[in-house]
Formats: sequence, C-alpha cells, structure tokens
Amino acid sequence: MGSYIGRRGLHSVFSLIGLIILVFFLARLTGDPTNLFLPIDASVEAREAFAERHGFNDPLIVQFGRFLEGLTQGDFGESIRQRRPALEVVLEAFPTTLMLAFLSMSVVITSALVIGALAAYRPGGVFDRLSSLFSLSGASAPDFWIAIMAILLFAVALGWLPTSGTGTPWHWVLPVAVLVIRPFGLLVQVVRGAMITALSSAYVKTARAKGVRERVVIFVHALRNAMLPVITVAGDQATAIVNGAVVVETIFGFPGIGKLMIDSVLQRDFAVVQAAVLVTAIAIFLMNILIDIAYAMLDPRIRHN
Amino acid sequence: MATEPTMDASSLPPIERPWRQVFSLLWRDKFAFVAALFLTLMLFCALFGPGLLGDVATKMDLKQRNAPPLELERGWLFILGADALGRSILARIIVASQNTLAIAAAAVAAAMIIGGTLGLVAGYAGGWLGNVIMRLADIIMSFPSLLLAVVVLYMFEPRVANLVLVLALTRIPLYLRTCRAEVLEVRERMFVSAARVMGASRWRILFRHIAPIVVPTLITVATLDFAVVMLAESALSFLGIGIQPPEVTWGLMVAQGRNYLATAWWLAFWPGLAIMLTTMALNLLASWVRTAADPEQRWRLETAGRRSPDIR
Repeated sequence: MGSYIGRRGLHSVFSLIGLIILVFFLARLTGDPTNLFLPIDASVEAREAFAERHGFNDPLIVQFGRFLEGLTQGDFGESIRQRRPALEVVLEAFPTTLMLAFLSMSVVITSALVIGALAAYRPGGVFDRLSSLFSLSGASAPDFWIAIMAILLFAVALGWLPTSGTGTPWHWVLPVAVLVIRPFGLLVQVVRGAMITALSSAYVKTARAKGVRERVVIFVHALRNAMLPVITVAGDQATAIVNGAVVVETIFGFPGIGKLMIDSVLQRDFAVVQAAVLVTAIAIFLMNILIDIAYAMLDPRIRHN
Repeated sequence: MATEPTMDASSLPPIERPWRQVFSLLWRDKFAFVAALFLTLMLFCALFGPGLLGDVATKMDLKQRNAPPLELERGWLFILGADALGRSILARIIVASQNTLAIAAAAVAAAMIIGGTLGLVAGYAGGWLGNVIMRLADIIMSFPSLLLAVVVLYMFEPRVANLVLVLALTRIPLYLRTCRAEVLEVRERMFVSAARVMGASRWRILFRHIAPIVVPTLITVATLDFAVVMLAESALSFLGIGIQPPEVTWGLMVAQGRNYLATAWWLAFWPGLAIMLTTMALNLLASWVRTAADPEQRWRLETAGRRSPDIR
C-alpha cells in the first residue's frame, strides 16, 4: 500500500511542478509581463519602475529561479489592488470554498449512493426511470442558469431564502443545492451501473441464499464493492466542483476563491490569479492523495500488493 | 461434379438499408427520437438563422423594451418577449445558436484531432515521448478546467479563436487517453504485425492501419463531449471572460438578462432553457447511440414494443 501511494504521490508531484512551470512561462511568453501585472493605462515610467523592481529585465531563467525561491517561502507576489501579499488574500478566501466543496460533496455522495442503489435494485422500474430522467437533466443543467433561476424563484418570488452573501446557514442552502446538481446527475449513473454489476454477482447470491436480509445485502454486501468506481468518479467530480464553485460563488456573492479569481481577472490583478491557481492546485494535489489512500483501504488487491 | 450448397435468396431476411434501420431503431425510443428532431431543428437554426433573421435580431425598438413574453400582439417574433433594447428574444436565440454550436463543434473537433494524434503517438511510440505526453495530459486533467480557461483567457485576448483553443485544450486529455488505450490494444493485433513485417513505415502503420480503427471510438466520445463543451463555453461567456459583445452566444444572453432578473425574468430564462434543452437532447441521443451501438444492449431497443424501452 505504501509503495502504491508513493508512486501515485510522485505522479502528482510531477503534475504540480509541471503546472508551476506552465503558469510561469505562459505568463512570461505572452509578451511584456508588466501588461499582466499593471493596469492598461499605466504610464511608461511606472512600467519601467515596476519591471526594474520585480526584476523583469533579468534573463528568464534567473526570474524563474527567483519565482521558485519565492514559492518555497510562501511569497506569491503582491496584490496590486489590495496592496498586500497575494497569498494572504487567497488564504482568506480559501476556507469558504473548502466548506462549500465539502458540504456539496457530502450531499452528492450520500444521495447518489442511496438513489443509485435503489435504482439499480429494479433496473427498468418506475423508480429507476424517474431517477435516470432526473440525473440526466441534472447532468445537462447549465449551473449558472439554474442558480439565477433558483434566486428568482426562492429569493425574489417566494422570499424564503437570501439572494446572496454569507452570514446565516440559510445563505448556504442555494449555493450548495446548485453545486450539487451536476455531480449528482453523473454520480447516480455510475453508482447505478456499479450496483447492477455487484447485485448480479455470486457473493450477493450467496448472501441471499444464507438468508441475509435484503437491506443488508444491498447496503452492506453490494454497495461496498460498488464503491470503487464511485470513488474514482467522485475524485474527478471534486475538481469539477471547483469549476462549479467559480460560477456559484460569483452569482451568490460568496467570498471564496472562485469569486476572487474572476474578480482578479476582471480587475487584472495577476499576482492574485497566479497565487489562487497554485493554491488550488496544491489543494487538489492533497485531495488526490487522500482519494488514493481511501481507494487502497477499500480495495485489498491494492492494499496487499 | 459436386453440387455447391446454394442459398435461396428469398429465405433470407430482407436487407434493410442502414439508414432505414437506424431510423426504425430511433423511432422505437421516443425520447431519443424527439431529441434527434430537436437537434435537427437547432442545426437548421445554426446554419440558416443568422442569414434569415440577422437583421431582425439586431433591430432595436425602445418602445418594446423588455416586452413580456407569450403575447401575440407584437407578432410571433416577440412570442418570447423582447430584451432591454427592444430586440426580439426569439430571433436573438436563433441567431446566437450559430455561435454557440459552432464554437463547441470547433473546440470538440480541435480537441479530437490534437488529442487523437498525440494519443496515437503516445500509444505507438511509448518510451520517453509517450511518457512526456501522458504527464502533460495529467497536468491538464488534475486542474479544474474552468480555472485553466480563466488563466489562459486572462493572458490572451478573449477572442473567438482563443476561446475555441482554450476549450479544446481542456478536453484534449480525454481524447488522448481514450486513443492511447485503444492503440495499445490494436498495435498488438495480427494485421499490424503483418504490415510491419511487410516493411510499412511507422507513419503508414499509424495513419493507414491503426487510425481507422480508433477513429469511430473517438467520434463516439466526441458526441458525448459536445454537451460538456457547450456548457463550459456558456459558463465562460456568462462570467464575462468568454465571447464578447457584439458577438453573442446563449451564455452571454443569460449574463445580459441577469441584470433585469427581478423585473424581466424572460431575458435570462429563454436562452438558458435553450442551453438546457440542447444539452439534454445531446445526452439523450448519446445514451441512445451507446445502446444502439452495443450488440449486447441493442435488443432492448429492437424488442421494445408499445412500452418505451429502457434506454440504458
């Protein structure tokens, strides 16, 4: 198990280093980096001074060395708009996104497991057809549109929930609900497929023959074996949820990393964009390792290999 | 003289033309049939919409500002209402279908060609080149596609070409991996070894012998992927970093309508509904194609009588 996780971890480290190189060189290759960091109307003198101060006139490789050195010390540059370290700005926004992702993933996984398992119990039955219709619509839904229609219905027309911002638990209801829809739609299909395979296997027949109760057969014997593909897909969906968070946070005015990124793009605050990208990449990198550990724990073939 | 066993032609089932067979399979699944019909309509709108309705869609009439939908007194063009500048929403949706579908189609095609080629090389050549290609795909995969698009569109101008490129970039790993996996299996088959023994060059083996086997799989993946790419484009345009006015896509129309949400809901509602119905139709049809193309599953469609068949 140790070597498996070590190997996977090494892969992720490569990806992370690759991303850092990509971000750095893309930013430098697009022309004058002061264009990225400074507002469009900055004067020539201001650009010169900025380039001089940040060493943009040095050879590329020297700049890259300095960039790496900064990263190891947690220095991601300075936010032009807020006049403080970019990392500080990003870390302030990070917990909100993390919470949003955590809540949504919990809802997605539990509901998809239960509904997918029930749908697989009678393939082609009424419940199965209803659930596949709903999951298909869910997987097809443009989340930004669902979000503003939900605001229109629940906040503007009915007045049950707040339109945007944070503060009370009620502020979280709509964002989490919107964020859940698409991954839920995809995951239900995966659970259903895996469960159909599991339910027709020999060990389920054995369990039934032994007289194990049906509920235990489904939720203990079959579901545990159906978990493996589910974890793989859930891991992919976790990166997709960051995509969703960008949209949802922007619409609901949530002070998370997604809104921060879009705001920084629109205000052309490159240091923050760069820091947000790298922090998100590191977070995803850590999460992938956690998923690998969960995978190895569930699958004895990997654990004992 | 030995008598050859002869086959009486009349005892064979009549040979159906392929497209008739496809049509009759499609007709048996009513959901997929409606989806196909809807997509044909959308394709028609995308091809001819801007030519037929281009002028109407840009004609402003401030007297009609935010005219409410479902009233016929302004004529059928205003059945979905008018936007903040008094333009017909129906005409604008039809005109915008061209950009929306064309951008997604171009991005999918680019991703398929680039990813497919890289996948062929990575699968056949292997070695350090294959490894580098796979690690690059890993980098793209391990990162949220929308953030990647945000960064790239920050550095380059958000023009249509760049939008297509960035959407393609985020989808390349999908085709690359699918293609590589296929190639790894196909290259061990007899006819490839035969070609190699006969002295065919690497490129000839790759593009004349292996590629034709891999392409159908890639096209199946692409039909499924089209909906995903369309949603991604809509989201980017909605966030203001995708397509820029005066060009228009459905995602941008939703963004523009958002400012009038409390007073004129229909501005944001209809274009979003168009996105949703199109992606749903694509998904329904793709799931039908998967069933129809799978010999183990096709009986579900063929034996379906009056009951609507289980489409999975």
